[in-house]
Amino acid sequence: MTGRLRVTGWHAVVILLLIPLLYPIAWLFLASFKSGSEIVQSLALLPRDFILDNYVALGDDLAGVQAWRFFVNSTIVAGGCALANIASCSLAAYAFARLRFRMRGVLFAFTLATIMLPVHIITIPQYSLFSKLGMVDTFWPLILPKLLATDAFFIFLMVQFMRTIPRELDEAARLDGCGSIRIFGSIVLPLVRPALVTTAIFTFIWTWNDFFTQLIYLSSPERLTLPLALRLFIDTTDHNAFGPMLALSALAIVPILLFFAAFQRLLVEGFATSGLKG
Amino acid sequence: MTTVLDRPPAKAAAPPPPKRYGERPSIAYLFLTPWIAGALLLTLGPMLWLLYLSFTEYDLFTAPRWVGLDNYVRMLTVDPHFWNAVWATSKFVLISVPVQLAAALGVALLIHRRSPAQGFYRSAFYAPSLLGASVSVALVWRVIFHDWIGHPDRALLALVLLAVWQFGAPMVIFLAGLQQIPQEYYDAAAVDGAGPWRAFLKITVPMLSPVIFFNLVLDTIRAFQVFTGAYVVSNGTGGPSDSTLFYTLYLYEKGFVEFKMGYASAMSWFLLVVIAAITALLFRTARSWVFYSGDES
Repeated sequence: MTGRLRVTGWHAVVILLLIPLLYPIAWLFLASFKSGSEIVQSLALLPRDFILDNYVALGDDLAGVQAWRFFVNSTIVAGGCALANIASCSLAAYAFARLRFRMRGVLFAFTLATIMLPVHIITIPQYSLFSKLGMVDTFWPLILPKLLATDAFFIFLMVQFMRTIPRELDEAARLDGCGSIRIFGSIVLPLVRPALVTTAIFTFIWTWNDFFTQLIYLSSPERLTLPLALRLFIDTTDHNAFGPMLALSALAIVPILLFFAAFQRLLVEGFATSGLKG
Repeated sequence: MTTVLDRPPAKAAAPPPPKRYGERPSIAYLFLTPWIAGALLLTLGPMLWLLYLSFTEYDLFTAPRWVGLDNYVRMLTVDPHFWNAVWATSKFVLISVPVQLAAALGVALLIHRRSPAQGFYRSAFYAPSLLGASVSVALVWRVIFHDWIGHPDRALLALVLLAVWQFGAPMVIFLAGLQQIPQEYYDAAAVDGAGPWRAFLKITVPMLSPVIFFNLVLDTIRAFQVFTGAYVVSNGTGGPSDSTLFYTLYLYEKGFVEFKMGYASAMSWFLLVVIAAITALLFRTARSWVFYSGDES
């Protein structure tokens, strides 16, 4: 009996901690159905008057562009980065995990060191490079670095994963006359699918949220992504704009929540084990 | 790197004779082609270009003009905003990192328990760290804390809360670490009459110390890079009175609003050196408090 009481008490404590933690998210969704003046006045969860006006208002142009456009742009950028990371990081990870070449240790150590390199530091020279290439205000400066395997965290994640594949599989395939390319394509890639999915979803979510890089490179209204569209609301002091601002904010995080709901175990465990083996 | 450059990514069809480095080493470079291009063109090259730019005056549109150490001298001795940015960032890092890690460890200890609900709780605590970097959440913070953001100390506190709110990321790493501590250690300690507090200090903390260290390093580096929250909460100004002028925000302002890219390059190198120094320092202290189970004799 005391055992059951203790378990109930444990659930109660955990839930009491979760309530304030998840409050801001719940508030965002419910406040998006409040009027602008109510949003400013109260932090209550439930709307006094439940209105859809904020979502209806998103049908109007923002900076001369329809709101769906921001979703399309964010999807192109985040989806492009996810695919690019899968391709480039798996190639590099296979070389680091399985192939032997000169200076492998040094080059892998260099890759690990770049995980700690803040993006902000490298942005200025990269910007000047992309501006010389005429790529500023296109999606290329956001996607191209991922195509060139600069996201070392995911190389590391995949290397860890590939090291768990028994080498006997490679060797058996080699005896059957398979080269490295066949082994990579038909043995290693299928076996590391969880790592590929983890990479794709994390890349998608992190790119979807990323504000700094998109702020620097994108400026034309028709190329704005969601974080940049939301930025247009920041300096508003007009309470009537608060409603649509929260409506767009809420819609912007729906894809993240859906991905998380679908893949939470994979994401949490992928993140946790990458940390442990570091 | 030169050895890599000297070998063009050869086609698999023409293997060079196998050498000491295994069969067909050239095939590795085929797989590494994107990575090599990225490392040279987007990491190493830009780092050198950045170093050069830091000694110049450069506005992106005209050629860089050599000014020697001017940027560094101005940054370190003349510019008050620079030191305000260093101060705001230091306060933020020094407060948010320990509080976030303490919250992460505390909650990890709390939910580390055999229960069918554990997976769900873990995900629920983790969720804010997937959302916290978004502009959406930063705007929510701007509305919820609108009474605070006009006041210097409280504006910074709101940003600290936003960082602490995302403790789920280090928490899941702590939790995975806790799950690797063998239960027998605790059983043995209980037989010896050790209470839960003693067991925590003598078993949990040392066994978990590599994970604590890992989280400490990663969180510190991450805290130096916070940008979105400060930008949104202060409307890009770093105000009131530079209290939320994080280093990254000032770097952005100098480089991409004022287009003083030479100056911003000097700031970038300064940040790189500081982060490298702090990381090295943390690694040095690690020798005295991080235990790896391999050398527990």
